[in-house]
Amino acid sequence: MTKQDLRLLREIADLEKTPMGAYNIRKNGESVGRESTENIVIETKTDRPGIDIRIRDGTRNESVHIPVILTKTGHTETVYNDFFIGDGCDVLIVAGCGIRNGGCGTSRHDGVHTFYIGKDSTVRYVEKHYGEGPGTGERIMNPGTVAYIGENSSMKLDTVQIRGIDSTVRTTEIHVGKNARAEVSEKLMTHGSQSAESRMSIFLEDEGADGRVISRSVARDSSVQLFHPEMTGRARSFGHVQCDSIIMDSARISSVPAISAEHTEAVLVHEAAIGKIAGDQILKLMTLGLDEAEAEERIIEGFLG
Amino acid sequence: MLSIRNLDLTASNESGTRHILKGIDLDVPDGSFTVLTGPNGGGKTTLAKAIMGIMPADSGSILWDGRDITALGVTERARMGISYAFQQPPRFKGIRVRDLLVLASGKEDLSTADCCRYLNKVGLCAGDYIDREVDSSLSGGEVKRIEIATVLARDSRLMIFDEPEAGIDLWSFSRLTATFGEIRKNSGATVIVISHQERIISLADTIAVVADGRITMCGPRDELFPAVLAGAAPGCRFISGANEGGDCE
Repeated sequence: MTKQDLRLLREIADLEKTPMGAYNIRKNGESVGRESTENIVIETKTDRPGIDIRIRDGTRNESVHIPVILTKTGHTETVYNDFFIGDGCDVLIVAGCGIRNGGCGTSRHDGVHTFYIGKDSTVRYVEKHYGEGPGTGERIMNPGTVAYIGENSSMKLDTVQIRGIDSTVRTTEIHVGKNARAEVSEKLMTHGSQSAESRMSIFLEDEGADGRVISRSVARDSSVQLFHPEMTGRARSFGHVQCDSIIMDSARISSVPAISAEHTEAVLVHEAAIGKIAGDQILKLMTLGLDEAEAEERIIEGFLG
Repeated sequence: MLSIRNLDLTASNESGTRHILKGIDLDVPDGSFTVLTGPNGGGKTTLAKAIMGIMPADSGSILWDGRDITALGVTERARMGISYAFQQPPRFKGIRVRDLLVLASGKEDLSTADCCRYLNKVGLCAGDYIDREVDSSLSGGEVKRIEIATVLARDSRLMIFDEPEAGIDLWSFSRLTATFGEIRKNSGATVIVISHQERIISLADTIAVVADGRITMCGPRDELFPAVLAGAAPGCRFISGANEGGDCE
């Protein structure tokens, strides 16, 4: 791997070197490094592009890294990664995709990740998207996430897309089982003429299911964003959707949260807010010695956490 | 030394243009503690914001340390050692109390112990607050006290506090008054406090009454305090004008 490859890996997976635990690193459609462990087995799919990740019952405090990098202009791919997570696990899964496009062809990665989570397990899934490169070719990512969360299990999804992706359509579908919990945190910034769309469907399928979505975004320049998170309560359950956006310059944002109840004991709440950075926020930070641009950046940095 | 000469300021909003400051003259000696008081709408906050550079003056001058700062922006004034605690501080999603204190102090490596010290001075139990976001989950009084803590962390040579007592409960107010007493005694900083509160006014070296855009009285505390108190409603610790319309119940 080149220095540039390592830089992309650092951006998307905080990797400085080969990760500990299980991993699979994919570059331009090829696996360039893979390691399974006693408890986590990674195998290439035989029917379509992608990998199966099988995590044994009772695997605790272990991690899986499966970053993807695209450095060849014009390379496009659709990849299917399936995670089979057993009972009583506690694992961290770090995915993410970095594109460096130095040419004029469109580089595109469509990744579909499906999670089958057993009982009594805790899963944290982190996904970062990042693009760079001097080329005129577009950098496109269309991630899809599907999750089935078993009884008493929880899944926390942290997705971050901060810069460099020209177009993205993100779809998320989560089915939350009995006394299980799904917590989704989405952070997104677009600039230039980029567009980003996020469609999310969370189904609270069984008694005691709990779903939370926190989406924070910043749209700058003439970029366009659309959010459409939908929470459906099908049993005695609780769901909360919160979308907060900062709009700047000549950007456009549409935020359309939706809640649907199919059960009288489903309690569902949604909130959505779009606004510019408040003048008194900037002034406050200026009284602490920051100039206006620094104050704006600090507010955005805090907002996107 | 802060010297304000013949300061005029008009401001516009949706209901029209208002002449708010009308020829303000004020000298604030180094290391002194000055309280600005007077009726609501008299121009105290505007004067404080004009000193910080938040509201630019139309004419007149503001000199700090012998330098004319009238045309300087907020950031430059902040970097020259002027700080301001807002009457109604903004909230920030995603910025923690610790982050604001780090920004205020200008020290990336500000220790947790130092953060705790500033928070304790405003009557906040540091452990409960240091990692909380300064967002709508905090009450108005909590945000107000954090605001004052940021100015303490700034450790500047001219500190301006805009109604620090507003929204703060009685117990925390005692701690706050003690802190202002300590600042007056030990910091060597020049302090301007906008207040209607007798206990804060009683700390002043100088009291200036601002009404209708002018300084109508200004002098040493011992001379002016009785006159200011005479304007208070009987049996009330607050100075007339602290409440809407100047009523005091």
